Amino acid sequence: MSARSEAATDSLIAHHVLEFPGGYKRSVGPVVGRFLTGLRDRRIVGVRRPDGRVLVPPTEYDPETSEALGGDPSDFVEVGPAGVVTTWGWVAAPRAKHPLGHPFAWALIRLDGADTPMLHAVDAGSEDAMATGLRVRPRWRAETVGHISDIEAFQPEGGEPEVGEPEGGERGEHVAGDGEQVTIMAAPIRIDLDVGAGTAQSKFLRGLMAGKIRGQRCPVCTKVYLPPRGSCPTDGVPTEEEVELPDTGTVTTFCVVNIAFSELAPEVPYVCAQVLVDGADTALFGLVAGLPAADCRMGLRVRAVWQPPDERRPSTECIKWFEPTGEADAPYDAYKAYL
Amino acid sequence: MRDVAVVAFAQSNAATDAHRNEVEILMPVVTEAIDRSGIGRHDLGFVCSGSCDYLIGAPFSFVQALDAIGAWPPVRESHVEQDGAWALYEAWVRLQHGDVDSALVYGFGKTSMGDLSEVLTLQLDPYFVAPLWPDAVSLAALQARAYLEATGKGERDLAEVVARSRAAAMGNPHAVVHEARSADEMLREPTVVSPLRPSDCPPVTDGAAAVVLAAGDRARELCERPAWIRGIDHRIEAHALGCRDITRSESTRLAGERAGVGDAPVDVAELHAQFSHEELILRDALGLGERVDVNPSGGALAANPMMATGLIRIGEAASRVSDGGARRAVAHASSGPCLQHNLVCVLEGE
Repeated sequence: MSARSEAATDSLIAHHVLEFPGGYKRSVGPVVGRFLTGLRDRRIVGVRRPDGRVLVPPTEYDPETSEALGGDPSDFVEVGPAGVVTTWGWVAAPRAKHPLGHPFAWALIRLDGADTPMLHAVDAGSEDAMATGLRVRPRWRAETVGHISDIEAFQPEGGEPEVGEPEGGERGEHVAGDGEQVTIMAAPIRIDLDVGAGTAQSKFLRGLMAGKIRGQRCPVCTKVYLPPRGSCPTDGVPTEEEVELPDTGTVTTFCVVNIAFSELAPEVPYVCAQVLVDGADTALFGLVAGLPAADCRMGLRVRAVWQPPDERRPSTECIKWFEPTGEADAPYDAYKAYL
Repeated sequence: MRDVAVVAFAQSNAATDAHRNEVEILMPVVTEAIDRSGIGRHDLGFVCSGSCDYLIGAPFSFVQALDAIGAWPPVRESHVEQDGAWALYEAWVRLQHGDVDSALVYGFGKTSMGDLSEVLTLQLDPYFVAPLWPDAVSLAALQARAYLEATGKGERDLAEVVARSRAAAMGNPHAVVHEARSADEMLREPTVVSPLRPSDCPPVTDGAAAVVLAAGDRARELCERPAWIRGIDHRIEAHALGCRDITRSESTRLAGERAGVGDAPVDVAELHAQFSHEELILRDALGLGERVDVNPSGGALAANPMMATGLIRIGEAASRVSDGGARRAVAHASSGPCLQHNLVCVLEGE
């Protein structure tokens, strides 16, 4: 997590990327798979409804009657590949994720023989060349894998035939040989977010950077929340009073982790614990080290072990772990209300 | 049916808010609505919220929002991954059971953290559509042109919708857009995705809204002039864009018919039109004539806190009834690409 902020009082903001690198692998089923198989073979296939109308792309169920479609191989019919634009919008400045890097049109295109239009890009060169009613035909990629982007774009009919650039990326992989139906496709998923920690949590994280544990007290019930979230979940009121706490506390409950499930996790076995920092009314999650895992126990008195100041980032990892203070264990009555 | 009314409404002073997180934005709004209702925080019979995890990029982000309501002792709570208007629908249904008399409804969204137009791509069909990354503005542009060409209307008609919205928003302290401009000025803007210009599209907004509902005599005790929900219905269309007639909104028409929009004259309508052409499609679908005051708040073109925008339409319409400005008001909320899913609510005074 990289964090930045404009001023000490502002929220910390971290850039988060949520994605499935290479795309989320979806099993596509027989109807969608039939369409994608067609694309791989440079054919566009629709499904015929009982009333004779042809849906392109095919849907698994009839959008009006919910009847299952495509149960018989003869229900699939080849359409186009040329068709007519039914509506469009001109993109003067394409986004990075758009299918073309230069200005193009999004369009709904009703292919010859189809009764419904499908969405795709039209590489028309200029907005003046676009019109509802324009006849277009697909431009296939040099390599087709069974993916909607096997059609690089549509282009006005009558232009020079072109084959697009070979391109890898998040389109899929060769999972079906010639003649076999496509069963899997890669669906690209990515969101970029600048996540703000908010006012209260930013104060807490800045405190950790300075080696301080800071909670907030509720003005109604006087409980001290750690980490603070800026509000009392019991009373539903803002918590603004800052309370600086010591870095000692009591293990209220814990577990011993015996399975290594992440490269980032410590060597097993290790102890995860709820630590009730002295003066706080909510327990903080942390690791416990400095004793054999089998010796950890409820009531164990612990102290925070901090990262060296120059290695701290605004994260709860500023506290590496808690280790025993050597004091006598806290009696059960001292922490039973916090379990 | 049990009579249920809006008895209190609050909304954030919409703006992009880099420093507060969703809960910090939401809490003062919830507190204001509860205080206005006169119901004790712990006396609310039911709580229901609307939000979207994709906006914040974290699963179950609505659970954290419970901090804003004070969920101890434990409360009866539910959540919809939709605009708060659908949370209000669920609360209205819940109140029909008869065992509780009040409900808190809220919606919230912090859209400035990501690129909303692209985040919304992830709600689309994952096989044929989303892999091409059509953003929300691009899909809206397809509907805008289809509508204009089907009706013979032009881009000036869109600009006039925006000019009216912006003029109305000048009187709304909760609006983000506070710049009145003429249709001529806006027609000189270059398009984003033609035929849509930047002013045809909603502003990025972080915000929240909260409504308190009460039933029967409880509503009359709490509120001098409750805004009674006389009809509410929502309808969804097929997900495949090609299977829909996007030149009109059949789902809005049907929901409006079921909610009884046409049964008596309408004074005010608050329509969840995120793009200028959507207002024209919705007016047609609901049969709203020139006499109806549409979006006196400025609508979603003036402030668009995603997941609260539809609930705000209900709150604004109810406020017009409660302040005596309207005898009968219509509120509309929408969800999904190109007006796929639509909710219509009719509100009246006594």
